[in-house]
Amino acid sequence: MTRAGSSVTRAPGTAFLFLAPFLAVYAVFLVYPLFKGIWISLHDWELAGGYREYIGFLNYEDLWFDKLFWRTVRNTLLFVAMTVPTMTLLALVLALAVHGPGRVKSVLRSVFFLSSVFSVSVVTLIWSMVLSADQGLLVPLWDAMGIKPINFLGHPTLAMPSIALATLWWGVGLPMALFLAALGQIPQELYEAAELDHAPRFTVLRRITLPSIRHTVLLVVVLQIIGQFQIFGQVHLMTQGGPANRTRTMVQYIYDTGFRDWQVGYASAMAMALFVLMFGFSMLQLWLGRKGDEA
Amino acid sequence: MSSAFRTGTGRATDWILLGATVVFSILWLLPIIWVVAMSLKPNAELMRSTAGFLPVPFTFDNYIGITKLATVPRWLMHSFVVAASMTAMVLIVSSLAGYAFARLDFPFKRTLFLLTLAGLMVPEQAVFIPLFTMFADWGMHNTHAALVMPRVAVPIGVFLMTQFFRAVPRELEEAAELDHASHFTIFRRIMLPLSVPALTTLGLFTFIFAWNDFLWPLVSATRADMFTVTVGLASIQGNFAFSEGLGSVMASAVFASLPIVILFLIFQRFIVAGVALGTGK
Repeated sequence: MTRAGSSVTRAPGTAFLFLAPFLAVYAVFLVYPLFKGIWISLHDWELAGGYREYIGFLNYEDLWFDKLFWRTVRNTLLFVAMTVPTMTLLALVLALAVHGPGRVKSVLRSVFFLSSVFSVSVVTLIWSMVLSADQGLLVPLWDAMGIKPINFLGHPTLAMPSIALATLWWGVGLPMALFLAALGQIPQELYEAAELDHAPRFTVLRRITLPSIRHTVLLVVVLQIIGQFQIFGQVHLMTQGGPANRTRTMVQYIYDTGFRDWQVGYASAMAMALFVLMFGFSMLQLWLGRKGDEA
Repeated sequence: MSSAFRTGTGRATDWILLGATVVFSILWLLPIIWVVAMSLKPNAELMRSTAGFLPVPFTFDNYIGITKLATVPRWLMHSFVVAASMTAMVLIVSSLAGYAFARLDFPFKRTLFLLTLAGLMVPEQAVFIPLFTMFADWGMHNTHAALVMPRVAVPIGVFLMTQFFRAVPRELEEAAELDHASHFTIFRRIMLPLSVPALTTLGLFTFIFAWNDFLWPLVSATRADMFTVTVGLASIQGNFAFSEGLGSVMASAVFASLPIVILFLIFQRFIVAGVALGTGK
């Protein structure tokens, strides 16, 4: 066993044995399906009966003229626009509030993370109940105020914000943990200097804390964009895309097309469109972040 | 002791901010408290009113009903088997690959590592339809293997373990190398014991992910006796359940969430620590 002065050992055979399990599973269940997905998207491919015919880019052409598809693109973008900034901001505010020593803050950290461990079907169950017009959590409040209860999930303009609210409650834990980790790594000397200067709280936040964690902000935004683009369970279970397709999202349309209508060729074309869109938005965000760093 | 959001303007503001956060955290928990309260009330009472955060009148019937029917316990069993085996396999596969990337030199190393990271960009929606056709061809839907196998190669897991192994001081292995220990011995005897914190974090996140996995189990496990709890609870969210047995539906949700909540409460300190590890600081 030789070492070429570096911290790594040259051992191609051994390395292959160590990598083999990962590479095998990665190739079979990720790389191959990705290419097979592109292949399927070039076919008129039905799930039942095995009908399949190569049709080139016809699915993509159909997609271009599919009004419902563009509607789901718009709904998805709207949902991303509603959730990503609010989630990032809420996670940051909560992290600032619960960062630091002490038993109370430790319990608070657990509370705000707790909702993240529930599965999507538990979250939708809870929030469908909370928002229900006749059995909801807020109904006694409406009664007391003499207002007719609002059917949030059946309301054309309020349905999507309601789902965004449930998503915030569900998802804030991980970005908050990311911010907490970043806050813990800011050198204490920076704060000690500010303390000596009697710098006001807000100045410290703006001049020291935020610049120190700007990479984490970027990371959170990119992760949130990737995550929120994939919204499915909440709308599938809370509104089924309604009312009048106001909350139908891209993944839900993919699921319905593939597994309700069995048109997996067309569904795959949509999946590729989603992939490209998500990729584009994350790259854009990274590019903007880099530019911000240089400036 | 200073923290990220204070200095200068005094302790009073600290207390006010903390108080506001405590109030907010209670509001945060209200939906959960309310649901737990409903699960402990008779269905007849819930037909009348769902208001109130205290289980009065109290009953345990909803939970007894769940254990009698055996549906929810079976879903729980499937979730356990799937989450535990997925966690074990992710840990093995990721730590082996991480060791190779961190400590061994081989052709195309950089390319393979970049290829692994590229997998982070691929959303599951881009592969779940082809995966469905593959498992259909193999006649393997409605099995535990179908739920586990596509989730075993986790790029972020390999990345995390590579980062962790790279940070281990080289000296620890040198003595073993002088004794002509094989790489596998070094990996098993030195590296794995050192990486317990990283493995715990990765394992915890994998377990929670597996437990809450939805889209893939929804298309793969279509038989009610093969549902995981996440898919099972989704299946009972019809209008019927809401009007008839609200208490039992809520009890099912609480009962099904208990294992993951307990797991979280035991291991929560690994979450922030692990996130710090994952961001490579």
